[in-house]
Amino acid sequence: MLKKRLQATMMAAIAAAIAAAPLPSVHALEVSDSGYYDALKGQNVSLNVYNWGEYISDGSEGSADVNAEFEALTGIKVNYSTFATNEELYAKLQSGAVSYDIIIPSDYMIARMIREGLVQKLDLSQIPAVSNINPTYMNAAFDPTGEYSVPYTWGTVGIIYNTAKVTEPVDSWDILWNENYKGDILMFSNPRDALMIAEKKLGYSMNTTDESEIRAAFEELKKQKPLVQGYVMDEIFDKMGSGEAAVAPYYAGDAITMIEDNPDLAFISPKEGTNTFIDSICIPSDATNVQAAHMYINFLCEPEVAAANIEAIGYSTPNSAAFLLLDEETRNSPISYPEQEIMDKAETFLVLPDEVNTLVDQLWTSLLSTSAAADEKSQNGSGVVPIVIVLAVAVGASLWVMVSRKKKIKAMEIPEDDDRDQDEEYEDDDEDEQK
Amino acid sequence: MRKAVAAPYLVWMAVFIVVPLGLIVLFAFTDSSGAFTLEHISQVGKYAGVIWRSILLAAISTVICLVLAYPLAFIISRKPENKQRTFLMLVMLPMWMNFLLRTYAWMTLLENTGLINRLLGLFGLGPFQMINTQGAVVLGMVYNYIPYMILPLYSVMVKIEPHIIEAAQDLGADSLNVLWKVLIPLSKTGIVTGITMVFVPAASTFIISKMLGGGTNLMVGDLIEMQFLGNAYNPNLGSAISLLLMVLILVCMFVMKSIDTEEEMEGMLL
Amino acid sequence: MKRLGKVYTWLIMGFLYIPIFVLIVYSFNESKSRSVFTGFTFKWYKELFSNRLILSSLGNTLLIALVSSVFSTILGTAAAIGIQAMSKKMRSLVMNITYLPIIDPEIVTGVSLMLLFVYMRTKLHIPLEMGLITLAFAHITFNLPYVILNVIPKLRQLDHSVYEAALDLGCNPAQAFTKVVIPEIMPGIISGFLMAFTYSLDDFIISYFVSGPTSQTLPVTIYSMTRKKVSPEINALSTIIFIVVLAVLMLVNLYDMRQAKKKQEKID
Repeated sequence: MLKKRLQATMMAAIAAAIAAAPLPSVHALEVSDSGYYDALKGQNVSLNVYNWGEYISDGSEGSADVNAEFEALTGIKVNYSTFATNEELYAKLQSGAVSYDIIIPSDYMIARMIREGLVQKLDLSQIPAVSNINPTYMNAAFDPTGEYSVPYTWGTVGIIYNTAKVTEPVDSWDILWNENYKGDILMFSNPRDALMIAEKKLGYSMNTTDESEIRAAFEELKKQKPLVQGYVMDEIFDKMGSGEAAVAPYYAGDAITMIEDNPDLAFISPKEGTNTFIDSICIPSDATNVQAAHMYINFLCEPEVAAANIEAIGYSTPNSAAFLLLDEETRNSPISYPEQEIMDKAETFLVLPDEVNTLVDQLWTSLLSTSAAADEKSQNGSGVVPIVIVLAVAVGASLWVMVSRKKKIKAMEIPEDDDRDQDEEYEDDDEDEQK
Repeated sequence: MRKAVAAPYLVWMAVFIVVPLGLIVLFAFTDSSGAFTLEHISQVGKYAGVIWRSILLAAISTVICLVLAYPLAFIISRKPENKQRTFLMLVMLPMWMNFLLRTYAWMTLLENTGLINRLLGLFGLGPFQMINTQGAVVLGMVYNYIPYMILPLYSVMVKIEPHIIEAAQDLGADSLNVLWKVLIPLSKTGIVTGITMVFVPAASTFIISKMLGGGTNLMVGDLIEMQFLGNAYNPNLGSAISLLLMVLILVCMFVMKSIDTEEEMEGMLL
Repeated sequence: MKRLGKVYTWLIMGFLYIPIFVLIVYSFNESKSRSVFTGFTFKWYKELFSNRLILSSLGNTLLIALVSSVFSTILGTAAAIGIQAMSKKMRSLVMNITYLPIIDPEIVTGVSLMLLFVYMRTKLHIPLEMGLITLAFAHITFNLPYVILNVIPKLRQLDHSVYEAALDLGCNPAQAFTKVVIPEIMPGIISGFLMAFTYSLDDFIISYFVSGPTSQTLPVTIYSMTRKKVSPEINALSTIIFIVVLAVLMLVNLYDMRQAKKKQEKID
């Protein structure tokens, strides 16, 4: 019982301890027109921002804290939270549970959201800094009119590997199916990226809608499963950084960050071709603070802000003005800005038809559900049998117990005093309490 | 009219317990447009492997918890009262730390480059693959839920008078007989409570398998989470799986309750 | 035999504490590595205390725990009194439903509440955002059974004639209730409250499904931390929580022992 008594005091103590917490330092980032950001000052506006994990300069390790600066500049409170995959973001929005003001999905997800009416048209006149964005990244296929999204970053997917552990030359997705690295391979935990790799390995398009090709690709992933150490997203930083895993596919920008932390790591773009993606900023259709959201987008497009973000996260920037502010090394990085040859082979994700999405979701769930030790039989539905047996046994047992209990009660047939047997059911351990 | 004071609660109960469960049933039997369908319920069969694995791993963990906790609870219950207090406190203390933090601690230990493998490496052993296995998941469950087994066991054992055991011994029972014929029957309530308190959360957990199983040993909790907030949005299927899980567990509980009608909530509230 | 028991006890204790000990040691590690210890530092503690997300989640956690435990205590105590007065059939029905949130897997409770809030928002157009309010509703819901289950036994122990005596001595029913019944069942109410508070502080699974962008609680934040580039801040946080819990437990234990001694002295 004593457990219960404590936590009040304990939390009070923690609260007291943190009351004296120092405030984060703010380096002022230069903005082009600070008057623009005064519009909502003092109105107690707050903004719900939903972004990828590790996808903004957050003040750690001496970098600028972009959200804090935005708050200081505009007086708008930023409620910042993160997701790990496009699909997670989609589930959150689609469920209708929450309303966000700013989201940063990738290309194919933006197209899907436009199709389903989950994002709204932007008023570009409210985002003057959009002029910093290189026009080649505007009006991409996922948002042909460029009305719904403003590009935040772009990049490619490639293979990151530990040169101390992977001795053979790495140039193909095949390395992720290599038996030598059994248990040292990490894989994407989101269906689209994982599927893309299998499709490229098989020489298909990553946008195929052909059911047999998609199924074949999933077969390939199933073959890979016994070799896979884990299906991860941002956990990869930790696992590759510490040498826990040897080889994994991931986004180029994050590879740069990882290589900085662990010089043994290297990154290549596979010869079969890869995915090049654009992550863009959107405003969901049920956003509550649209004006503030536009302001936030504009802030992210400010050259210094965009440059600070890029320095922190390592991705490639579509922002021409910010590009010029980056240091020499970053600008010439072959990982961030790959040669034309790689870009020529790269493909962009397109939005898939609904029935294909459903199929992919189903196959993905069943890929993860089958045990690595391949219990084939549970695949074709015969696995229901054990459950049915368990259920039947359980129901049978409870019926039997119920019947025999009734018999017992009947046999005893003692006049019940008020409601004794009922009371007993709710006995608790108050004796302990009194000790 | 004292009954009337329960009215606000009854309303609350209806809105926040009955209606939500009703919604699960509704979602399980409808498709995304709201039309009646049995599709999702029948799809659950496809994931039988996952459900089976969850039950199996949870059952293994429950048995391990019971075997480990039983002697400990007995030992503690035989100690002088002030020592009992100290040991109880020691058992409870880890429970007060968030279970995510505790599970996270095991990641540090079990990884291929983790502490255990490093230590073994000093003796020229290993490295052993420990993390991302089903064993690691079971370990995580045992670690997280063992206090829930120790406490109810302790709370019944402390009431067993030493004389009873002595009497049995005087009458010629050997230790095994004392255990089977005296201790276990007398601590039945604690065993049943402990089992339910470990089994139910273990069978439905959705974090431990993610953190220690590397996402390759999906459990039914992960499967449900995936359908609602994860990578395969389908709340209807998620509801169907939840419904099945709930029915399974309610039936199990009912069976347990029938085995042991008295005082079944003993220790549950500790 | 005795020695064996001792060894066994300490083995289990070792099993329980080694992981926590490891977290504590690594919270002082200079480098971010979780396997090599490179030097002693307090910097992760400093970073922890300047992490706005963690601080605001802690605030949310405390707020929700307080609000939900107070509210569920009031509602639950009233419910317990009412339930005691019900007919046997009605009571057993209500109690069985009351048990549901305790017996159901937490994930089912979480998912069902999420469906409810979404349904209210999208179909009934009640402007209810996932946030502090939904969190409070959810926490009150899973706290209520604990309060009720703590209060009912006390009500049952209550001697009804005391209440009647109070009436006979000129109290009106309301007075008799507040002056006689409430003090009698107070221990149950208090332990119900504390239990509710504790569960609310520690809950992750249900909160995970009903929290929104503005209202992450500490466990939800910890979860998101474990899914990213792992920062030793999390070790620092564990250490602080551990030390505070340890200190409080020891204080309570000491206080209890002293009370017990006093009682003993009085008896002697």
